[in-house]
Amino acid sequence: MFTPLTVAVAVAALALAAWCGFAAYRDQPTKDWHFAGMAVVTALALVQLIVGVVRLARGEQPDGGTVVFVGYLLGVVACVPAVGFMSLAERTRWGSATVAAGAVVMAVLQVRLYDVWGGGGHV
Amino acid sequence: MSETPSGKPPEKPSGTSSPSAARGSSPGLGHGPGRLLLTVYAVFAVGATSRSVYQLATRFEEAPLAYVLSAIAAVVYVVITVALARGGESARGVATVGCAAELFGVLTIGTWTVLDPSAFPDSTVWSNYGLGYLLLPLVLPVVGLVWLRRSRTAERAA
Repeated sequence: MFTPLTVAVAVAALALAAWCGFAAYRDQPTKDWHFAGMAVVTALALVQLIVGVVRLARGEQPDGGTVVFVGYLLGVVACVPAVGFMSLAERTRWGSATVAAGAVVMAVLQVRLYDVWGGGGHV
Repeated sequence: MSETPSGKPPEKPSGTSSPSAARGSSPGLGHGPGRLLLTVYAVFAVGATSRSVYQLATRFEEAPLAYVLSAIAAVVYVVITVALARGGESARGVATVGCAAELFGVLTIGTWTVLDPSAFPDSTVWSNYGLGYLLLPLVLPVVGLVWLRRSRTAERAA
């Protein structure tokens, strides 16, 4: 789709995962700064969604099919907010671990997104 | 991030108990470590269901066996997720049966795909013991069953 952005989202998601994983390791719940980090990562995902939709609107075809592609884009956007809300209700280390898990899923989805779009075929 | 590990704040005073502890008939099931387990199951439920619906709707003929088994896996994940989220003794029973079914499924399908790959033109979540999903499908039901057991003993002790 737009590989630099895909890589950026994946790296940001992994950084968030490491950060929240560290908080879980230290037996701490998610704090304001973690939520700021989640906001940044989600903003990147929204940019990615817009870029993806624009490219579809210009008539480009993902290898894996438009429906699957849009599904993954939406999944990427939903990941971190979903676990963020979970961690609001779970004010323990396990809330932080949940956010870390959601962020890892988001990074994995980037790999899938890259494959669905058609790999490096049309960057 | 500025605090050092040694400067860890003391345990929360008991007066400010977490809001999650106050609600729900079963405080254990979907909380604490259960929250993480619930999240991972939710991811699998959403992923497996959407993938399964798409496969059944668009190309069922290509690999009927694989896609039907994927659909069954999806249902199992949804059932476990809902049970963990609801909590309570009956939900614990449902979740236990679900995890057992999941373990049975991943072991059966995993062995089947290893012995007779030709039966599966397309892979399922449980192919090769879930290798394509970092073996999580094999690990999850075991962790799930352990957790269901431990959280019950903890509740009894409380």
